[in-house]
Amino acid sequence: MISCEQATTICHKSQYREAGWGERFQLWLHLLHCRGCSRFSLRNRKLTDLCNQASLRQLSTREKDAMKRRLQEGKAP
Amino acid sequence: MNANSLEPEHWVDRYADYLYNYARARVNDAELAKDLVQDTFIAGLQSAPHFKGNAAERTWLVAILKRKVIDQYRRANSQKGQAEVRMEFSPHLEESGNWLEQMAADPDSTLENDAIENEELGLAIQRCLTVLPERQARVFTMKTIQGMETEDVCKELGINPSNLWVMIHRARTALMECLNQVWFN
Repeated sequence: MISCEQATTICHKSQYREAGWGERFQLWLHLLHCRGCSRFSLRNRKLTDLCNQASLRQLSTREKDAMKRRLQEGKAP
Repeated sequence: MNANSLEPEHWVDRYADYLYNYARARVNDAELAKDLVQDTFIAGLQSAPHFKGNAAERTWLVAILKRKVIDQYRRANSQKGQAEVRMEFSPHLEESGNWLEQMAADPDSTLENDAIENEELGLAIQRCLTVLPERQARVFTMKTIQGMETEDVCKELGINPSNLWVMIHRARTALMECLNQVWFN
């Protein structure tokens, strides 16, 4: 049987579809009898849903570097 | 010494995405939003000596960005010729029979509300990300928003996968906590 800590990690991995079949099965078994982890798992899933639903836009690293450079130049007299 | 001080060298990493989303929600033009954020940073740097430390750094930058957005709308409006302002009930008035019924918004439609809500949710998440330790926020963003592979994130940050999952754990727990306060209340 896996520990709560292991279960938590598998839970995070599965939010990113990176948990293997065996891991997911172990997690499922663990959640059957662990209320704390079950609750955590639900909340974690909810966070994933919120992130998917939200409009999250990002500037690329290149755009940010350009901004940093211009900010540096702005600092120089 | 003020409770709040400015650290311009961290501005881009900490606030660029939040401010960018904030601007995008208001001007709906990627390039323009990016320019407004850049202008905000420059203006912030120039007026940094006047920063009183009453507000948090982020709040202060948002206040500058707000002004930039308003200025932008003013400029755009003043370029518009008076002749362009036409007032009609509908551009297709002739075609529509029962126009009042067709033109009125459907009160049961949640489509436009969803779009607004998703913008606000995005901002709430970005805002919560600005209070996380920078590395945690970075790992979370790379995985969740940019959808990068674990292996690539590890390589870029020089960490191993178990470090990564620990950071993801801390970031996600802090985010749940933060969103509970700012989003679900």
